[in-house]
Amino acid sequence: MNAGLELNNVVDQNKKIHPHKFNLWVAIGSIVMMFAGLTSAYIVKREQPGWTSFLMPIAFYYSTAIILISSVTIYLAGKSFVERRMIRYRKMVGATIILGLVFILLQWLGFRHLWVTGTTFHGSGAGQFLYIIAGLHALHVFGGIIALVILWFRARNTRIRSYNRVPVDVVSTYWHFVDLLWIYLFIFFLMVQ
Amino acid sequence: MSTDLTIHGHGEMVGSQPVHDAEHEGHHHKETFITKYVFSQDHKMICKQFLITGMIWAILGGFMSVLFRLQLGYPESTFPWLEDILGKWAKGGKIQPEAYYALVTMHGTVLVFFVLTGGLSGTFANFLIPLQIGARDMASPFLNMLSYWFFWMASVVMITSLFIETGPAAGGWTSYPPLSALGDASIGSQGGMDYWITGMALFVVSSLLGGLNYITTILNMRTKGMSMTRLPLTIWALFFTATLGVLSFPVLLSGLILLLFDRHAGTSFYLSDIFISATQKALPNEGGSPILFQHLFWFLGHPEVYIIILPAMGLVSEVMAINSRKPIFGYMAMIGSLFAITILAFLVWAHHMFVTGLNPFLGSVFVLLTLLIAVPSAIKVFNWLTTLWRGNIRFTPAMLFAIGFVSMFISGGLTGVFLGNSTLDIHLHDTYFIIAHFHIVMGVSAFLGMFCGVYHWFPKMYGRYMNNTMSYIHFWVTFAGAYLIFWPMHYEGLAGMPRRYVEYSGWSTFNQFADLNRFISTVAMIVFAVQLMFVFNFFYSIFKGRKVTSQNPWQANTLEWTTPIHPGHGNWPGEIPEVHRWAYDYGKDGKDFILQTEPLGADEQHH
Repeated sequence: MNAGLELNNVVDQNKKIHPHKFNLWVAIGSIVMMFAGLTSAYIVKREQPGWTSFLMPIAFYYSTAIILISSVTIYLAGKSFVERRMIRYRKMVGATIILGLVFILLQWLGFRHLWVTGTTFHGSGAGQFLYIIAGLHALHVFGGIIALVILWFRARNTRIRSYNRVPVDVVSTYWHFVDLLWIYLFIFFLMVQ
Repeated sequence: MSTDLTIHGHGEMVGSQPVHDAEHEGHHHKETFITKYVFSQDHKMICKQFLITGMIWAILGGFMSVLFRLQLGYPESTFPWLEDILGKWAKGGKIQPEAYYALVTMHGTVLVFFVLTGGLSGTFANFLIPLQIGARDMASPFLNMLSYWFFWMASVVMITSLFIETGPAAGGWTSYPPLSALGDASIGSQGGMDYWITGMALFVVSSLLGGLNYITTILNMRTKGMSMTRLPLTIWALFFTATLGVLSFPVLLSGLILLLFDRHAGTSFYLSDIFISATQKALPNEGGSPILFQHLFWFLGHPEVYIIILPAMGLVSEVMAINSRKPIFGYMAMIGSLFAITILAFLVWAHHMFVTGLNPFLGSVFVLLTLLIAVPSAIKVFNWLTTLWRGNIRFTPAMLFAIGFVSMFISGGLTGVFLGNSTLDIHLHDTYFIIAHFHIVMGVSAFLGMFCGVYHWFPKMYGRYMNNTMSYIHFWVTFAGAYLIFWPMHYEGLAGMPRRYVEYSGWSTFNQFADLNRFISTVAMIVFAVQLMFVFNFFYSIFKGRKVTSQNPWQANTLEWTTPIHPGHGNWPGEIPEVHRWAYDYGKDGKDFILQTEPLGADEQHH
């Protein structure tokens, strides 16, 4: 009887989403609101006089591809972790870190290109929003990279082996989220000019 | 296999935050002064940190109001001691216009954000959520600790801004551009504004870290048997508060980031080709819209007033049921109305912008939605009054403050009906009428709710009682004083007296209010002095108050009163109790109260 109850408890706990994961989902809701605020500001501002648009730099198409690939690598990392293939897991986390860094670099190149071709902070227009919105997004990607670096170092540590999935799941969900967020922003900037 | 390992692995991974671990029960882990009092991860200590920081802010913010009330009440007099403390800001013992703007700006910012958001939610969400839902600590005690320390950093930045040469931000607590973006137009928009933006950004981070923890803890970490409909109303209120904060604060952050770029990078989000008389030059910007900032600001700003009032509502509901010895009237209606207020909070922001040239048709939609808030608010008031009705009322200090809250909420709510009309707003906007309205309905009400909470839960926080005599004096002077301060402001506002002016002697119309202004200022000083007495009572009672000798001094039903008088980190020495009933079985079946942990009798039904 007693044992049965305890088992029930364990099953119950297992069904419940882990608090840290839930924390992440609430945080994602919050980040979404921040970008929703910025993109609505963009839509409102579009109606004002003096609005200028910009040509999407080619670098942003590449960066979109890169961040999409990085979603695959982080997925493979999670899969390897569950399968206990720790060496592959570490490699995949490392690959995601590199792809993330490349993404930020490409964003920077895109910014540089825009700036040089005349979309600056002077005047008014879509480009100013792009710098801030994409810049904040890159900042969020950078936060994800820091988390990945911590995972990578943890995986390298041979003294303490942890098979707890939760941190891996949290980071990977976040990474997919920043990926999706970029896709949304990219399409938004392409469509609403 | 992998699932097995997951379950067992969990304990070791969160080893640095071991609180919700079964093995942790009973034993105390080693605590140094630093981990116990400074970088504590115990929600009860973080609560006290928020409370005491909030009190320091309240004294500062309240003192600022005393200073500008001096100017408003005695515009002809000079006070040499003012020059001693404020220096050039009060040359000749008279508050300078720049100082006056800075004082009203910082008074608003401090009280709205640092006291009634950080201090109120931070204190009671931290204290009550784990204790009342039956959890050992928050979902992430580490993030919770970070939440306080971000609040602390925000406080340091904000306080620093008071001491810089050009003074703190002075464009009003809403910091509307273009004024807040143009240092050339006002010295209060120079360095102080950057400090203000930085401080607010840190504050937003603090609220977000706190808020997401509160939501997760409530949804995920309730003890066995604690279904959502068995939660005390405090928890429901804190849950909706956190939801509001998590969804609206980021939008404020967006608005502030754009403002920062307009100030320093030359962008034109809010600025257009404005001519500034101080420099005799027009700005190079074009196409910016200051109204855009107002939309972004009030998308937070309106939910913010509910972030302030909802926790107070929760505290009052709980204290009122306990001290009426009756179940709260309409428990589900209370939750429903909290929910309705939360939804409506996001749909009414433009009622702060009726006179900005808003499309009148759009305005009428916002009027409708605004007036709809009267419905859930009235449901709540009705339920509080019916809870009191034929109750066996115990007039503890906490109960007096709870009743005072309801009184204030009614008085302030009624004037909200006037202001929610876009046509009446043409006359009433930016007058003392609006000052009276929001101070009563949001400022004073929330303060009374907060005092109610402090008096009621002080025995649980510190294991001692606060002094009753001082508490009663505190209540009556605060309550009567608040009405005496803010009631006359309605008349001034209806007569058209504008807010935020340093001097009214230029208008013969408002000369008739000179005596009234002096009266208001005098009462404000008395009320402020009584708050200092409360602070004294608080700190005195921590060390010298009468000791609590029983586990459940108020004969309440909720879980926090099943913990030891001085609970350790982890709250319950043994297992976390299981819950069998809702929190409001008072005066049931001939029993005065039935703890939530008591199993249902044979003839009882599940709530």
